[in-house]
Amino acid sequence: MCLAIPGTVIKIKDDTAVIDYGGVIKEAKIPIIRPKVGDTVLVHAGFAIEILKEEDSYA
Amino acid sequence: MLKTESIKQIIDNISDISKAIKRPVKFMEVCGTHTQAIARYGIRSVLPENITLVSGPGCPVCVTPQKTIDETVKLAIEGIPIATYGDMLKVPGTDMSLEKARENGADIFIVESTTDALKLKEQHKNLVFLAIGFETTTPMTAYAVKKGLDIICAHKTIPEAMQMIASDKNNQIDGFLNPGHVSTIIGIEGYLKIDIPQVIAGFKPEDVLAAILMLLRQIRDNKKNVENGYTRAVRPEGNPEARQLTASVFEKCDTDWRGIGMIPLSGLRLKNIYKLQDARQKYSDILKNLPEPKENKECRCADVIIGKIHPKQCAAFARLCTEENPIGPCMVGSEGACRVAYRYRDKI
Repeated sequence: MCLAIPGTVIKIKDDTAVIDYGGVIKEAKIPIIRPKVGDTVLVHAGFAIEILKEEDSYA
Repeated sequence: MLKTESIKQIIDNISDISKAIKRPVKFMEVCGTHTQAIARYGIRSVLPENITLVSGPGCPVCVTPQKTIDETVKLAIEGIPIATYGDMLKVPGTDMSLEKARENGADIFIVESTTDALKLKEQHKNLVFLAIGFETTTPMTAYAVKKGLDIICAHKTIPEAMQMIASDKNNQIDGFLNPGHVSTIIGIEGYLKIDIPQVIAGFKPEDVLAAILMLLRQIRDNKKNVENGYTRAVRPEGNPEARQLTASVFEKCDTDWRGIGMIPLSGLRLKNIYKLQDARQKYSDILKNLPEPKENKECRCADVIIGKIHPKQCAAFARLCTEENPIGPCMVGSEGACRVAYRYRDKI
């Protein structure tokens, strides 16, 4: 249930980001974390919950 | 993980320290996603015999009280459209599951996100979202409540349940693998009241092994700390914005956990300003006189979710209760201890 999937932010508009999960593109809401384009984020139930640190950017 | 140690080194160190400790140790993986990872990666097969891993209460589907299922089924039968996350549909209720209600013609929708529920609400004005989940999932509900979604609230907070389990003298747990993505939200601080060794763990096999090693080192050194083994995703302070969003919509309350019973201040309810979106109040006339829930007496999910027994110790497991025909919630949720044990039953 608390599964979260990492993906890369490729576009941001208002409180919605477009996320690339290794080729699968989906939108996620970003009201609780403010990523930039290029950041890798953890996405849970359609919302980005954290920006992953670069040292090891897969979850 | 511990950056300086390879997986082989971690396994060797686990073996060395567990020999030095010279007693059985029992660790609980609180989170259902860890239960899945431990089974899938065969973690138990590389652990010494004196280390036992037991599953905890971190499967929201498993701990949602049957009464909540019964309430939601009742609303659905009375014509209120329902949306919820997929696993909830198969959870047995007293009369029927949501899946059965849907087969009987009720409008019940599976969603992956509360934003999907908001879209459905454009077509179904009186849609009710059955809101389950822990700290990771609650901010998403809070976001949608602010945009007008009505809910049946079954959200829970995990540290209170961990504290209850840690203080149960009949159920000696030596350490917790803390849930990684709950920790993304609540950080280290959320666990400081719990007085046994804890390590926040990621979900890769090396993350889980490293967390087990960190727990063993705490036991060897007589420490009871909260350590962060998932630093790439968990800040010490967690995600304050997410907690603020949750706190702007919900307040703490006592709540029942299926199998465990009431745990003080371990639940969330809508604040007064959002009371009109509380489906239990909005439809109180439909929900009054709901019969007392009846759970299947063969089911021992209650003992499974606090780590007292392994699923295989339940007489119904894999006989009366299977993935295809579950009688208890732990066989339903994809992270439920029984379902994971059933799926990997030849390997664990």
